Amino acid sequence: MPEMRLLTEGIDTPGLETIEVYEREGGYKALRKALFEMEPEQVLEELEGSGLRGRGGAGFSMGKKASFLPTGEMDKFLCCNADESEPGTFKDRLLMQKNPHRLIEGIAIAAVAAGINRAFIYIRGEYVLQADVLDAAVAEAYESGYLGKRILDTGHSVELVVHRGAGAYICGEESALLDSLEGKRGNPRLKPPFPANQGLFQGPTLINNVETLCNVPLVIERGADWFKSLGSGKSTGTKVVSVSGNVQRPGNYEVELGTPAREIVYGLAGGPPEGRRVKCWFPGGSSAPVLLEEDLDLPYDFEHMAEAGSMLGSGAIIVVDDSVPIVSVALRLAEFYRHESCGKCVPCREGTNWTVKMLERVDTGDATPMDIEITAQVQTNIIGNCLCVLGDSMAMPVGSMVEKFRDEFEQHIEAARNRADRVGVEAGVAAEPHDAAA
Amino acid sequence: MSAERPLRQEDALRADRLVDTPAQIASARPAVAAGWDESADLGRAPATIPELADTPVPDELRVELEAIMAKYPDRHSAVLPALHAAQRVHGWCSPEAIAQVAAVMRVTPAYLSSITTFYDMLNTEPQGTRYVYVCTSVACNLVGAQAVFEALHEAGAGLDDVHVREFECLGACDMAPMASVDGRYIGPLDTSDAPEVIAAVRESRVALPGRGLEALDQRPPDASGTGQPRGESPAAERAASPESTPADEERGDA
Repeated sequence: MPEMRLLTEGIDTPGLETIEVYEREGGYKALRKALFEMEPEQVLEELEGSGLRGRGGAGFSMGKKASFLPTGEMDKFLCCNADESEPGTFKDRLLMQKNPHRLIEGIAIAAVAAGINRAFIYIRGEYVLQADVLDAAVAEAYESGYLGKRILDTGHSVELVVHRGAGAYICGEESALLDSLEGKRGNPRLKPPFPANQGLFQGPTLINNVETLCNVPLVIERGADWFKSLGSGKSTGTKVVSVSGNVQRPGNYEVELGTPAREIVYGLAGGPPEGRRVKCWFPGGSSAPVLLEEDLDLPYDFEHMAEAGSMLGSGAIIVVDDSVPIVSVALRLAEFYRHESCGKCVPCREGTNWTVKMLERVDTGDATPMDIEITAQVQTNIIGNCLCVLGDSMAMPVGSMVEKFRDEFEQHIEAARNRADRVGVEAGVAAEPHDAAA
Repeated sequence: MSAERPLRQEDALRADRLVDTPAQIASARPAVAAGWDESADLGRAPATIPELADTPVPDELRVELEAIMAKYPDRHSAVLPALHAAQRVHGWCSPEAIAQVAAVMRVTPAYLSSITTFYDMLNTEPQGTRYVYVCTSVACNLVGAQAVFEALHEAGAGLDDVHVREFECLGACDMAPMASVDGRYIGPLDTSDAPEVIAAVRESRVALPGRGLEALDQRPPDASGTGQPRGESPAAERAASPESTPADEERGDA
């Protein structure tokens, strides 16, 4: 099955980031339709009816989320989550850099529908080029009357500010993003109250991922029924999948949800290098539990990934081939989450640290098979015990690796132990503790 | 075990064992923030908001900070962009830089240092004004990012004005292994590119022209080295039907 390009259609058109080209390609038509031909409630109904689900990781219905916002006159906010920091994910980078006006249009439509008048794009600080592109596009949109006070001479006002982060994975978590946007350290908040009731500056806040908002103009322009006809089951529409790791052609590929994963990994991305096999793969960014080679035949959508014990997440496939020791993947992953844990909740702060230490011992051969057991236990004690899912995001993939590759973990210890002995003897390095026990 | 055995990091709970080991300093990935175990001087009065009249702030910086604050409903929101701006002027978030931002924004210096210590891109110590962030996260690491980092770190060793460090996922796994040179993404990198990248940074040239993210089409050139750009935009035909375009089939079969 080939790609199905909706969001990435014609994305390499030269000058698409300027308003002239975007309008020539049919841009801002959906915003006009939403403003002049539809009532805000109709827009919300359309979004909910389309079954469009959040593309940031949780997969919650976008229209439903927007409808949770209270109605009436008050300060309401929209935050576009462009803090794309999940390892393996780079779809939003492409969408913002090449087609920023589609995102702005989506934000404007969502804001009008939910009666929001202030919107922010929280973009990660590392995306310098993309933030510059967005800044320029926002200025153009203000000039053309798509943003600002009384947009297109209607009663709606939408102010949009591009806010640059400063390098913190946790700020991609919605409530930490709000804290960061309020000028605090990016610590997650206790939920409830959910942001839809009490979010940014204590006002009702709608938070959506870049890709979700980019889908909004499509849904409005072509209707919910058309959108619903794409995809499979409750996973409607297309998904921009970022494929990376040990594949021959890493990159962003847009496919209809429900496309077999094998088509994406082998057909589009070319599969692992010549002579290598897929050892395991992350279906939804580094936070998703790993799946094995045989799981590649599953349709790539929210339901099937969940059934297989993993998740679609942000739609980033990382392929690991059989030349890579699983322990090094687990260790690198755990180090990432240790570094990025904000330190607010104990299970995450201590759990990530412990996991790194345990895996280091596995890597150097200092661990015993019982330590593998303890590592697995630590993971179960993290899951569900924190304010946000950062700890879970390490616990789930590491737990799945320990479970699925237990033999390899044990062999790794054994091999490292033998190697350590030899090195220790040859180089005259002081012996490691397991020698003392022997 | 006898006393000669060097203490391993895991054994030791003593504070001095937990600060950076030489290996950690070399890898530029500190385990704990410097000075974490220094106790606060409780006898000292807390620092108050510095008076703007007593704090010399460069006019340009003050104007910029005021413009940033005006964009938000609450001035505190401007903290991150403001510290970014001050860091551009001072090179790092020095006590002086923090005092200046604090005076303009009417917040305490302590509030600002709580922010600088949290975010990776704000430097709490003097660093080179030019930076090279090398992504060594999971996806890049699978294709040899660690070696690239080591090569770049070695090439940049001893240079005061260039700050080479490992960074967590920079969101460009399609061009892995990659690095961000002053915000410009380049990749895929090889260890042999390291001297050229560092030389370009020192001479304020564009590093590896043609291999930056801005030059990429939707997909980077083939990793096999044929240099053939992939992912040309398909015809402007609306993809309402699942029918494939010839370009799609070509890619799908390849």
